[in-house]
Amino acid sequence: MNPFYIMVEYWPRLLDGTLMTLKLTFLGALIAALFSPGLALIRANTGPVAQAPLRLYISFMRGTPILGQLFLIYYGSGQFRPFLQEWGLWSFFRDPFNCALLAFALNSTAYQTEILRGGIMGVARGEIEAAKAIGMTRPQILRRVTFPHAYRIAWPALGNEIILLMKASALASVVTVFDIMGRTRQIFSRTFDFSIYLWAALIYLCITAIFVLLWRQGETRLSRHIGPRSTGRSILSPPEGPKP
Amino acid sequence: MSEADIILKAEDICKSFGAVEVLKGISLEAREGDVISILGSSGSGKSTFLRCLNFLETPTSGTVTVHGEEIQVRDGKPLSARHIETVRSRLGMVFQEFNLWSHRTALENVMEGPVQVKGTPKPKARAAAQALLERVGLQDRMDMYPSQLSGGQQQRVAIARALAMEPDAILFDEPTSALDPELVGEVLKVMQSLAAEGRTMIVVTHEMAFARDVSSNVVFLHEGRIAERGTPEQMFTNPQTEVFQRFIANVK
Repeated sequence: MNPFYIMVEYWPRLLDGTLMTLKLTFLGALIAALFSPGLALIRANTGPVAQAPLRLYISFMRGTPILGQLFLIYYGSGQFRPFLQEWGLWSFFRDPFNCALLAFALNSTAYQTEILRGGIMGVARGEIEAAKAIGMTRPQILRRVTFPHAYRIAWPALGNEIILLMKASALASVVTVFDIMGRTRQIFSRTFDFSIYLWAALIYLCITAIFVLLWRQGETRLSRHIGPRSTGRSILSPPEGPKP
Repeated sequence: MSEADIILKAEDICKSFGAVEVLKGISLEAREGDVISILGSSGSGKSTFLRCLNFLETPTSGTVTVHGEEIQVRDGKPLSARHIETVRSRLGMVFQEFNLWSHRTALENVMEGPVQVKGTPKPKARAAAQALLERVGLQDRMDMYPSQLSGGQQQRVAIARALAMEPDAILFDEPTSALDPELVGEVLKVMQSLAAEGRTMIVVTHEMAFARDVSSNVVFLHEGRIAERGTPEQMFTNPQTEVFQRFIANVK
């Protein structure tokens, strides 16, 4: 069989699967990104008792397989169907996409929280003191000093986490979500043409490559202030002389 | 002298770290235009005392009054915590390690306080920041990041940053100690010009020449207490206590 023939025939399905993978990954990462800053602050700034529930959650999410977490939500919610119906939540859990999204968001929140906590703890104390000394309030210090630095420090690790999440999202195909992997399995079961798996691999590779390029741009932008120490001209700085 | 001239008043400041008593009741008053040098050997508590004035360290007990705003501390708890930010915004602080915000340019560092804390409109803050950076001789470095500046230049940006808040007094915490010897002069020159225009300054320093020639009062701390205080003429020509005599002899 011609491997190009199968692509000509089935590309709309694969495209559909690609969009699903992107949706699942980036929505999951985004939801996690909304919660992780607050949780990371709790991790970085509170005592062991106050953060015990959070640590338990993080240990669970990092210590168990993501496939298990997905099954727990997808099949587990079926066990509690009457209860969920009573609360009006059943329509949410009935949809495998929602279950997968919830599992990935919960999982990524745990990882992103830990990554960001490392970033927060890496912020130079002196810069925080300078912000205090000038009279900034706590929210101002977080917004203007702590988080800009914490995200720069955490940036490469966060990118790594999103790539891992993207690849883990293939697990969603197990609970009947038609992402890249789901579509590929569907096409294979009809054609028995193994080359479709190679196409799927190529798509994952492309997504990762594009993401890495974009993420690197972000990193360059966040790190533009870390230039070589110099008193003269630097490629990072605009030409010398007073601005017009 | 009336009470109104007093810009900053610290009464009976005590500070312990665990069982270690670092400050054992220090009182100090700064009047408009005073330049007070705080001297002392390492471990005498001089930096800790300075940091207690703007509550970067919370004293164990004592009272700090800045321009009528009084904050009392009992058992390590400030009784009016919400005034702390007001007090801080009225006291500039210059650190030993500069502590510029490394992700902002020199100009942005100087604009940050007025824009964020005082709510000054950006164009106005920018113009003021440019004027201040010119004043400290950095007109051609405004758009550089701290990592692109020398230590002396960074410290001058830090001084401009403190001045931008139009503070009632400026605290200097060993401002030249982290500098290469050849860069100390440029920073001292700026500080000298500030003193000459009547700024109120409290300076923890090891620069004896600065303490002797620029300051109006000298305070010598020893083991958490003020061992000797006076004008620089009195203290350097005729030191009263044995500890201070030994201190100047060692420094020379």
